[in-house]
Amino acid sequence: MPNDIFPLPVEQAHHLAKRFFGKLLLRREIPLSDLNFHQLVSHRYFSPTPSIQKKTFRYICSRCNNQKRSLFGKLPCHVCQVMHTYCRKCIEMGRVIECEPLYHWTGPSPLYPSIPEPCSWNGQLADNQIEAAKRITSAIANQEEQLLIWGVCGAGKTEMLFPGLTKAIRLGKRICLATPRADVVRELLPRLQEAFAPVDIQGLYGGSKDREGTAQFIIATTHQLLRFEKAFDVMIIDEVDAFPYHKDASLPFATERAGKKVSTTIYLTATPRAEQKQAMHRNQLPFMFVPKRFHGHPLPVPKFKMCFSLRKSLATYHPPTALISWLHHRKHQYRQILIFVPTIKLAEKLGDYLQQLLFEQKIIQSRQQVQSVHADDKQREEKIASFRKKEIFMLLTTTILERGVTFPAIDVIVLDAGHDVFDEAALVQIAGRAGRSPQDPTGEVIFFHEGKTEAMVQAVSLIQRMNRRGAKQG
Amino acid sequence: MNCLWCDQAIMVDVSWFHFLNPSKPKRLCQACESQLIKISGHRCQKCSRSTTQSICYDCQRWDNDDPLIMNVSVYRYNERMQEMIAKWKYRGDYTLGYAFQHDFANGFQQFFSFIENDTQIVPIPLSTDRLLERGFNQAKQLADFLPLKQNQILERKLTEKQAKKTRRQRLAMKNPFNLLGRINKPVLLVDDIYTTGTTLRHAARILRANGCQKIYAYTLIRG
Repeated sequence: MPNDIFPLPVEQAHHLAKRFFGKLLLRREIPLSDLNFHQLVSHRYFSPTPSIQKKTFRYICSRCNNQKRSLFGKLPCHVCQVMHTYCRKCIEMGRVIECEPLYHWTGPSPLYPSIPEPCSWNGQLADNQIEAAKRITSAIANQEEQLLIWGVCGAGKTEMLFPGLTKAIRLGKRICLATPRADVVRELLPRLQEAFAPVDIQGLYGGSKDREGTAQFIIATTHQLLRFEKAFDVMIIDEVDAFPYHKDASLPFATERAGKKVSTTIYLTATPRAEQKQAMHRNQLPFMFVPKRFHGHPLPVPKFKMCFSLRKSLATYHPPTALISWLHHRKHQYRQILIFVPTIKLAEKLGDYLQQLLFEQKIIQSRQQVQSVHADDKQREEKIASFRKKEIFMLLTTTILERGVTFPAIDVIVLDAGHDVFDEAALVQIAGRAGRSPQDPTGEVIFFHEGKTEAMVQAVSLIQRMNRRGAKQG
Repeated sequence: MNCLWCDQAIMVDVSWFHFLNPSKPKRLCQACESQLIKISGHRCQKCSRSTTQSICYDCQRWDNDDPLIMNVSVYRYNERMQEMIAKWKYRGDYTLGYAFQHDFANGFQQFFSFIENDTQIVPIPLSTDRLLERGFNQAKQLADFLPLKQNQILERKLTEKQAKKTRRQRLAMKNPFNLLGRINKPVLLVDDIYTTGTTLRHAARILRANGCQKIYAYTLIRG
């Protein structure tokens, strides 16, 4: 760009704005030549902010808000020949170091086209969904600050968003749907691209094809939001109570920062945590309760099955005998089976054992029909896909499949439900995997255990409470 | 102290023994430390690979005038090591390098007790581009853990990344180093990883051609 071209012509500025607006980037994340970049900086299209803030007794990383001492390092910077502080927490996204500022776009804001008919979905919402959908739409239209939708597992929370999303896109707003898990992004992306065909939608997760995050509608894992700042008019946070989100303080920070000053944040959850319940109770957080599944049937209530020496047999990677006899006697033999186990190792070893056993007992035709899956599994996506296609009969999994995924007709088993990894929220979510399709709205959920825990009892009582409220609502 | 890898707090037992013999603070927790595997037992005398032969097959293939007297490595390469190296070197987490300090310094005492006192350490350099990208040279960091004088006498020309190449491609490479001066003392080359040994031998060859007699190598990992 020659120097006399500034201020940039509208078209060019708009093009750059679309690429860089609402982000917090390192110099090496901005693919422009040095000359162009420096011109843009000197004409205030980009503005630098210090990447590591020094306070009296601590540092703060401007990107991930890390303030923990042990997660800052020092290195003898080759460029500056002095020791520089850098953030170790978000280093996987590219190192943030004291001597390199973060840049954000301060040029003109991009304009997104307002599409008159963005929604190409022609399904029908159920009555109880419509009410919630109306509430969401009005929150978006009136730019309400926040709203929590508390819907039971299988209430159809995604579909409830559609009218609200339609409204937002008509108004030319920029939307982000954030979820804690990459699996959920992979599942939602094609669904939403189909439902909103005329809209530009991108999915962002570690290793995704789309890298840029320039679309009007973005579906991202919460981690990816660390690169955004004041970018979105509507933020939808799926599963606020799920694992990394409520544990890692940088993620709520990132979602808050990613919204514009005037923006609407909508939280979706089936199992709110104590903080959220408290905020709702104190009228600090407007919410809407949807106690009924979209098909109108109640949630399956888990059954307990006590097994003596369960842990002893699991320690040698053998299934409890009660499980085997249940396999032979269950009512709906056609249903696929999803088994939750507490550890990765158990998933693998027990998977091998059951593969052999079920094949010998002629419950399955080929050994490939029993598989196990966990977070480090390289074939995780393929296995989940083939379970959905019913090529796999029995899938053993760790808690990674506890939420966000839908399989039509399954029975759900939890082995050693008393284990620490299965807290109340996890058990409610797991139970919510069963009976999700209107064709087969019931499903067995069985907790095999060696002594009831508080979490198990609470989970069942929560499910029963929701079912009662759902029945009352009619 | 927190573990440099998993950031869990490292607890030391409170006992009279620890009170009277305060040990050096640990950099890795027990669980993470156990994931790193040190080379032990029989190893190739030339390249430190775990083997029952006294000189392994790959080393027999080097011609008779091998410029390198021997290489010693501390750790074996495994999955955890690969993750740690990726974070330390490619992501540029300098602090993580201290996780190796203790073992690297101890290994030096153990294997190079015979070495002459006037030996100079030459860390394998990075090319300027790569150095700007990462901000530090990991071989230099390792060299800093050792009690000998350093001499940064080598310079690296621009080349592609080694890690992406096959053994054959590596062997066919031209010498990527320039020498910036002369050394007539024994030299200990220091690098992070010995894979085929080509890089170290390139460095050794150029040093020997300029009058250096004894050249050893000390690396963190035998790949």
